[in-house]
Amino acid sequence: MHPAYSVIFFTTASGAGYGLIALMALFGALEGVPADPWFGAVGLGVGAALATGGLLSSTFHLGHPERAWRAYSQWKSSWLSREGVLATAVYLPLALTAWGWIVEGRMDGAYGFFAIVLCVFCILTVHATGMIYATLKTISAWHNRLTVPGYLAFSLLTGSLWFHALAQIFGYQTPEIALVAVVALFLAFYIKRKYWRSIDTTPGPATPESATGLGDIGKVRLLEPPTMTKNFVQREMGFTVARKHAQKLRRISFFAYFLIPLVLTGLTSSAESWIAIPGTLIAALSVSVGVVIERWLFFAEAKHAVMLYYGAESA
Amino acid sequence: MTMLPPAGGKKLGLVIDLDTCVGCHACAVNCKEWNTGGHSAPLPDNGPYGTDPNGVWFNRIHAFEAGEGTNSRTVHLPRSCLHCEDAACVTVCPTGASYKREEDGIVLVNEDACIGCKLCSWACPYGAREYDTDAGVMKKCTLCIDRIYNENLDEGDRVPACVSTCPASARHFGDLGDPESDVSRLVAERGGKELMPEMGYKPVNRYLPPRPRKRNAGDTGAAPRLDRVIAPQADGSGRFLRWVDQILSR
Repeated sequence: MHPAYSVIFFTTASGAGYGLIALMALFGALEGVPADPWFGAVGLGVGAALATGGLLSSTFHLGHPERAWRAYSQWKSSWLSREGVLATAVYLPLALTAWGWIVEGRMDGAYGFFAIVLCVFCILTVHATGMIYATLKTISAWHNRLTVPGYLAFSLLTGSLWFHALAQIFGYQTPEIALVAVVALFLAFYIKRKYWRSIDTTPGPATPESATGLGDIGKVRLLEPPTMTKNFVQREMGFTVARKHAQKLRRISFFAYFLIPLVLTGLTSSAESWIAIPGTLIAALSVSVGVVIERWLFFAEAKHAVMLYYGAESA
Repeated sequence: MTMLPPAGGKKLGLVIDLDTCVGCHACAVNCKEWNTGGHSAPLPDNGPYGTDPNGVWFNRIHAFEAGEGTNSRTVHLPRSCLHCEDAACVTVCPTGASYKREEDGIVLVNEDACIGCKLCSWACPYGAREYDTDAGVMKKCTLCIDRIYNENLDEGDRVPACVSTCPASARHFGDLGDPESDVSRLVAERGGKELMPEMGYKPVNRYLPPRPRKRNAGDTGAAPRLDRVIAPQADGSGRFLRWVDQILSR
């Protein structure tokens, strides 16, 4: 699949934003961090900016962004529509939580409840994003039971490292926050490793023989494509990344989203260390870069069944 | 609405005979010709004389080789929207622009509601949908709804443009939901196939596989006594006699 930069930026930025908001809300509600208005403003503000920026960037690849409001209508059948509805619904508990944290400086009682609701809506929104991809049977790498867990885990991962960095800057770092980051690191690493192994070993459901119905005659191969130049379908669905590059990029992303931040999070777990603030910031930046590479691969490595009509031997 | 209509009604579609299709592209050309003035008009046609001409076509003709050696065949395969019963391109649409008609099963796009997100093209395994970069909306085969119900045309012309133009009569149009229709009978008689049935989208269009090759005299309607009488031996012996037999059997 063609890795469109607007979609990569959208899914990674909004994933990080929802992860950060969810953790702010959860720790705020459980009083794991103090209800300091400045901390709330920066934490929820950065999260909301990432989520909103991501959502806006996702409209850049639309042919008619001015009609985007129509996407709220088909929530009964379409995961893209559900994602739009949920992403918008998030703003209500977000506004209520932000009011309590930033204006009133408290997160107890009803504000704690709003924060839990906010956390749940963030998870549901990221889940809906994952389901858009996971329900496409045409792309076997995405129609995989690890696609949605992957989206959720990487949202938690980026969110938790940015949460860790912000808590460090404001002096509210606790062992629990570092622990969440480390758990998220191992979870994302485990799911992605399993996912990559799965897509490397699972053949797609269709073959050139079934695509053409000519399997009774024998093995089927493309003799002539319809046109000499590439059409929309080939450009959109026919992106291929060389296997050796894919392996190299997987390794690079592994360093960026797992190894470097794991080491830095370990080094900065004692808040007194001088490298605490730069260390956690670099860890968060490293994860963000790693997730962009991971997301690029998620698209670039996914093969679409339609390419069986254009010479692909498997899909 | 992007909910699918209940199944079981009329299922208008195409039956394409891969035995007689000669791969001349006339169906694709007439499709473009009609539809660039029809329901989804205009169809983009960018850089037609340049080095990278591109645009929207509802119908594209692929050529495949199947099988090995003397048993191999070259088969031309025209590919267009199959108007699936379980059309994922419809259910993924976030705006309701993509829909399947209850009265005849035709899958269409309401261009006034399409936001151009392209998700429907990702959901289609048959590559039936092509994005119009000029209009910013998705376009696809309409089964020529502006011909098949068009009372300004002679009754014989009320078929899709691709069907009306096929010089080999390889394309047939009708109701595949009615087991007594001509197209349904043709499918039953010739063992018409679904493309990618394992995907589960239940395409309506059917493809008639090439007829078995006629290798022996008897296959062509000649007297069966002219059939070859010496079967090939596993060890390859008797080649000369087999060759003589083959020549004399013609």
